[in-house]
Amino acid sequence: MAVGIIGWGSYLPRNRIKLEEIAAVWGADAPSYKKGLLLYEKSVPAPDQDVITLSVEASRKALKRAGIDPRKIGAVYIGSESHPYAVKPSGTTVAEAIGCSNDVHCADFEFACKAGSEAMYVAHSHVKAGEMPYALGIGADTSQGAPGDALEYSASAGAAAFIMGAENVVATIDYSHSWMSDTPDFWRREYEHYPQHAGRFTGEPAYFRTTMGCANALLEKCGMKPEDFAYCVFHQPNGKFPQRAAKKLGFDINSEQFTTGWLTPWLGNTYSGSSPIGLTAILDVAKPGDKIFMVSYGSGAGSDGFVFTVTDEIDKIRDKADFTRPQLDENKHYLTYGQYTKFRGKILRNS
Amino acid sequence: MAQTLTARVWREQPQRYRMIANKDKKSGKVYFPPRLVTPDDLNAEFEDVQLSGAGKIASWTVIRVAPAPFTDLSPYALAIIETEEGVNVTAQIADCDVENIKTGMPVKFEFRKIYEDNEASIIYYGYKAVIV
Repeated sequence: MAVGIIGWGSYLPRNRIKLEEIAAVWGADAPSYKKGLLLYEKSVPAPDQDVITLSVEASRKALKRAGIDPRKIGAVYIGSESHPYAVKPSGTTVAEAIGCSNDVHCADFEFACKAGSEAMYVAHSHVKAGEMPYALGIGADTSQGAPGDALEYSASAGAAAFIMGAENVVATIDYSHSWMSDTPDFWRREYEHYPQHAGRFTGEPAYFRTTMGCANALLEKCGMKPEDFAYCVFHQPNGKFPQRAAKKLGFDINSEQFTTGWLTPWLGNTYSGSSPIGLTAILDVAKPGDKIFMVSYGSGAGSDGFVFTVTDEIDKIRDKADFTRPQLDENKHYLTYGQYTKFRGKILRNS
Repeated sequence: MAQTLTARVWREQPQRYRMIANKDKKSGKVYFPPRLVTPDDLNAEFEDVQLSGAGKIASWTVIRVAPAPFTDLSPYALAIIETEEGVNVTAQIADCDVENIKTGMPVKFEFRKIYEDNEASIIYYGYKAVIV
């Protein structure tokens, strides 16, 4: 039984802040940041947006494409590191808002930036096991970087939602693989507002070791080579890291194979939404028969990898909801650093 | 500000979260928020109707001196939206420059945070309009 994605959707806030605007406040050298990290601007959630609202909008688009009765969805999983509540699930509000029944399994996942691919992984497994006809997996974040920290240039907001099913599948999941180790490269303790990270340690021993570990194991499992894939997408903490990982593996970073799902230079790091949103941009344009290679990454640390094959069904539902690229490129509203700090609650005020 | 009653918000979830209206089976008239009786018929029978989420701005005003939970959003626009189904819905217009709003502009509804009493309270969600 071919199980996989039967509907996908993304939601990106329209507010943006340019890297220069942030760098000017902290006296940082914008050109060297842009060149070093390949980051130009990032999305910023409006004050009335959070992980729940972004997830609802992305899921509604996925439902439009899937064309299914939401009451038949058996599971709703949201992966995020910025769930609005410390105690109270995001998933229940999303399930209620998209019209699921009460007979639904609901859980919030957290694993730094890979919580979204976890939600997809578990949703897929339930359908594959025959436990339920449909399951929804969402990756969403409204991440915060501490003022003046390197993460402030990248931490952004967005969501991607995928409905898994066994009928009218638009992209089958042919292989998956997970790779993890106890690597303390990035963390946030309870009650802490901003995360901490281990600087340069987040690169080689963390992102690259884990991403490459998962990607190589997945390539071996599926018996395919990078050139067999029409598209690839990796976790995108900045523009540079996924480029380096893809190049090392043998993907062509100058072609559409890589650039189609490479959104971070203009979107920022949407954390749990990062590689999932990249996947939505790929599905927006993929043709039947195309193979897609995806590897997420979450600090702490782990990667989930998937090999997808696009089916003939994709052309029937592609146009039923907004594409991801126009949300990234059009209707943007640029914020000043002052507006950005107000929107993100960074200003100390009288209570 | 007084704490909002969680139970009230919970009871109104179908209309606030999913824009569920109701239709008088006899007259065919659609009501939003849903009604238990109509001005003409105290025994009216209803069926649920899902609003499509599309409409246009029938009228609007700009709030510059906002009440407590909304002060950070000011200036913001509050509009009467004429929906495809013919019912009027009052909603904030999100993500817009209030100087550029015009009557007749097409809008769609999005799921947004409406307000919270404070940082420790329940977060109240619902619909807002965004210009298409």
